[in-house]
Amino acid sequence: MSEPVPQFAPGDRVRVLRRFPPGHVRTPWYCRGKPGEVERICGRYRNPEQLAYGNRDAEHQVLYRVRFASRVLWPDYEGNERDRVEIEIYEHWLAPEPGDTK
Amino acid sequence: MSGHESPGGHDHGHPHGHGHGEDPTHRHPPQPDLEDTPLARHQLMQMAVTSLLIEKGVFSAGEMRAQIEHMDTLGPARGAELVARAWVDDGFRERLVADSKSAAAELGMDLGPIPILVMENTPETHHLVVCTLCSCYPRFLLGLPPDWYKSRSYRSRAVREPRAVLAEFGTEIAPDTDLRVHDSTADMRYLVLPMRPAGTDGMSEAELAKLVTRDTLIGVTMPRAG
Repeated sequence: MSEPVPQFAPGDRVRVLRRFPPGHVRTPWYCRGKPGEVERICGRYRNPEQLAYGNRDAEHQVLYRVRFASRVLWPDYEGNERDRVEIEIYEHWLAPEPGDTK
Repeated sequence: MSGHESPGGHDHGHPHGHGHGEDPTHRHPPQPDLEDTPLARHQLMQMAVTSLLIEKGVFSAGEMRAQIEHMDTLGPARGAELVARAWVDDGFRERLVADSKSAAAELGMDLGPIPILVMENTPETHHLVVCTLCSCYPRFLLGLPPDWYKSRSYRSRAVREPRAVLAEFGTEIAPDTDLRVHDSTADMRYLVLPMRPAGTDGMSEAELAKLVTRDTLIGVTMPRAG
């Protein structure tokens, strides 16, 4: 089994794809299309979008924790401007965010 | 019918003087039984799969009952044990935050195959855990999740207005304290490591563990000395 190599590293700026596929996905709606920063690489896990339909040999995906400013998720967020939401997101939902200097 | 419009409550036909007046036909609406709501598709599927698994001898009805009983009796004791040790041993605390599985193994605890990420509260940062998609929860450490954790209102509001949610739990977070909300959407599970409360200097590890309740490990409240 070939292990996927992570395309992003902690600290990288990324943007969650703005996609709305049908079926079982584990990317919350509220972060789709939003920019964030990779907090850590969690490892490689079978793609839940395939597992959910009984595919035990689902492909492996790199899973990240991505950190979003709450004010970026919700412009009218009430709270500290440093408040964050951290979400587990699989690599096929992430794109590099232009402006990342790496 | 006079004056008394309570929608819920008990069903009884006999007069016993709490303001029902004299109407002998008066009845409260009955409390619904568990089976009174229509059987949903997934409940039906669960029942079908259960009988198939028992029929095929994958497990017995008794084994399933015992497993449910076991799950129902799990509480936050293991989570509390980890936190109490972290409070008395700085080295353990650092190892727990860095790699909870190997730290827990020091206490003879096997955290299993799902990674548990331990989020340490500090005076500058408060952590809160939610699963907006369903009800992912570190059951081995905390037992079964409370109903509110699974509710749509907690799941949607914990990310959207966490400070308001915390205030409803009686927890005021200072405006300049940073909030980190962890949405447990995939393959990780989360445990909040609360701060050791003031006034606990002389306490033993076992006494400290008693201060660590389920809700302090989810992050909706903080431990108190008593």
